[in-house]
Amino acid sequence: MSIINKEVRRVEIDVHHITRVEGHGNISLKINDGKIEQLLWEVPESPRFFEAMIRGVSWQHVSHIVSRICGICSISHSMASILATEAAFGIQPSKQTQLLRKLLYNAELLESHVLHSMVLVAPDMLGTDSIFPLAETHTDVVLIALRLKKLAYNLAELLAGRKTHPISLVVGGFTKLPDTGELEKMRVKLEHAFVDINTVVEIVRSWKLPNFNRETEYVALKDPVEYAFISGQIASSDTGVTHVENYLEITNEYCVPHSTAKHTRNHRDSYMVGALSRFNLNHKQLHPRARKTAEELGLVAPCYNPFMITVAQVVEIVHALEDSMDIIDQLLKRGIEPEVVEEGKIPFRAGRGVGAVEAPRGILFHDYTYDADGKIKKANCVIPTNQNHANIQKDMEALVPLIMDRGGDVIRHILEILVRAYDPCISCSTH
Amino acid sequence: MKPRVAFFEFTSCEGCQLDSLNIEAEILDLLKAVDIVAFREVKSGSSEDYDIAFVEGSITRESEIARLKEIRERAKILVALGACACLGGVNCLKNSLPMEEALKIVYGRDARYYDTIPARPLHDVVRVDHYVRGCPINTDELLKVIKALLLNKRPEIPNYAVCVECKMANNVCVYERGMTCLGPITRAGCGAICITSGRYCVGCRGLVYEANLESQKDILKKYGLTAEQISEKLNIYDSCAGVKR
Repeated sequence: MSIINKEVRRVEIDVHHITRVEGHGNISLKINDGKIEQLLWEVPESPRFFEAMIRGVSWQHVSHIVSRICGICSISHSMASILATEAAFGIQPSKQTQLLRKLLYNAELLESHVLHSMVLVAPDMLGTDSIFPLAETHTDVVLIALRLKKLAYNLAELLAGRKTHPISLVVGGFTKLPDTGELEKMRVKLEHAFVDINTVVEIVRSWKLPNFNRETEYVALKDPVEYAFISGQIASSDTGVTHVENYLEITNEYCVPHSTAKHTRNHRDSYMVGALSRFNLNHKQLHPRARKTAEELGLVAPCYNPFMITVAQVVEIVHALEDSMDIIDQLLKRGIEPEVVEEGKIPFRAGRGVGAVEAPRGILFHDYTYDADGKIKKANCVIPTNQNHANIQKDMEALVPLIMDRGGDVIRHILEILVRAYDPCISCSTH
Repeated sequence: MKPRVAFFEFTSCEGCQLDSLNIEAEILDLLKAVDIVAFREVKSGSSEDYDIAFVEGSITRESEIARLKEIRERAKILVALGACACLGGVNCLKNSLPMEEALKIVYGRDARYYDTIPARPLHDVVRVDHYVRGCPINTDELLKVIKALLLNKRPEIPNYAVCVECKMANNVCVYERGMTCLGPITRAGCGAICITSGRYCVGCRGLVYEANLESQKDILKKYGLTAEQISEKLNIYDSCAGVKR
């Protein structure tokens, strides 16, 4: 709080519906006589009431409906939902299913991180308001983004029918399976994608990101054997490991009147989830090539700079691509078993189950209680951006005093870049 | 002058807008043919002067009604984008509850901070010129609609059932595989993608014109579904769009 410039008499910032993020968020800042009178990260998103919507719904329809919580991370929502249902019914998916799910997950991570870094953030760094003018001035950036997104879509199509709202990803496994020829072709495409990925790394390396550090609590899934995306337990940089079933001890959701999305807190006023949290907690388990990328981009754990979230995402893109090729190699070696799930054969029962995955934006929980007919009695979903809202607020409170002398337009732009760095999925966080 | 195109969203997951960006091969050409003047999810500057408005999402708050009317007034052409905008979509599942109860289930004792009204499709509030259906939309169909609008033609949307496309995709009928399907009454245009992927149709594109709903219910009953299961299946997408009316 030391660098308050007394010259700044008055700044008023009202970003109504920040752009280039998913969903609706506002930044409201009032500085008077060099003092912050108001600084709020508001979420006016229209809630959809998913937890109310699925009460009484039969298990067969649940993952289909909750997939619609999010248009970007629908695979993560379907996956968390399926894991919760499988936990409730006591179903253990096969090794093949686990491999295919991880591969499918990587498709979503790739698409989401490319969308964020190259479509939503790049315009800030290249001085335009969107990717559209870049089609003329930086055609290479646009084409790379489109090619990588298409690759991710193709991978998801191969495994789940489509990327947005996956179809064949169901309780118990998959209703359609890729053949080995298709997987071989996909592996070649993934390998070729490194040409584009290397360019993405070069582009991101040239960015000048604000140097702002605020240590916070970092929360992510942790698995002893791999960089955790769809397995493991909850790890916190402050409070250690907590079992997924006890997620409520970590999330402690609460409501604030200026946000339709709930906030969370664990050991401090706020915590962070997402790519940087995962990197801070699990960086040793990244693929060596991804660790090298982190080095090239100057990302060192522990990193306390939220603007580096995008950089951590690029590191994860490299990891996801390498991991995908490894998974395909394993699948090709094993061969594809014709394990197609038949809905009628799923043994449903009464009970509670919690599913947790690392969605592209961070740890995601679905918690269901089923009755004996296989219908939802009670549901709770805690979304990554949910968990980041309070941390965004705390970052702003720490950042504004440091940039107060830079004038309203610059302050506004830096705050927008900060919010964007979190890659918030706001309609998802409100759900 | 190039037509000015705007994208807007109400209560939704924004997935249909995002999928709109995934017309990779054509998007660069498309940007030569239109000016995208508003698209908050991917673009900062915006204009209130536009010719064609693509609107995603259903209407679930009072404040959204006024905003949608404003968009209708400004746009020469208004296109509903996706199941939430066209039908109300999954958002309508909450309509079976009193709104106070939905608020209480989600927000508990803090429910007083928030407001909501029963979810409804855009055409319950304003006139809609064209529909791009599905949850999510089919981007090939979106492209067809945009092309038609640029040529001043009326976009042609299939007016036959998903079963037609399913047969063309060489799928074995879902009813032959021990499951049930809403393909016979659902409007085609998706290429029967769910059935091809090993699942069944749940009607995200809405009813085909003059669908024989009673006959569909009889078939579902014949294949072992209870009345409750039938209405559950029909209500996932269609509860706002005629089934209960």
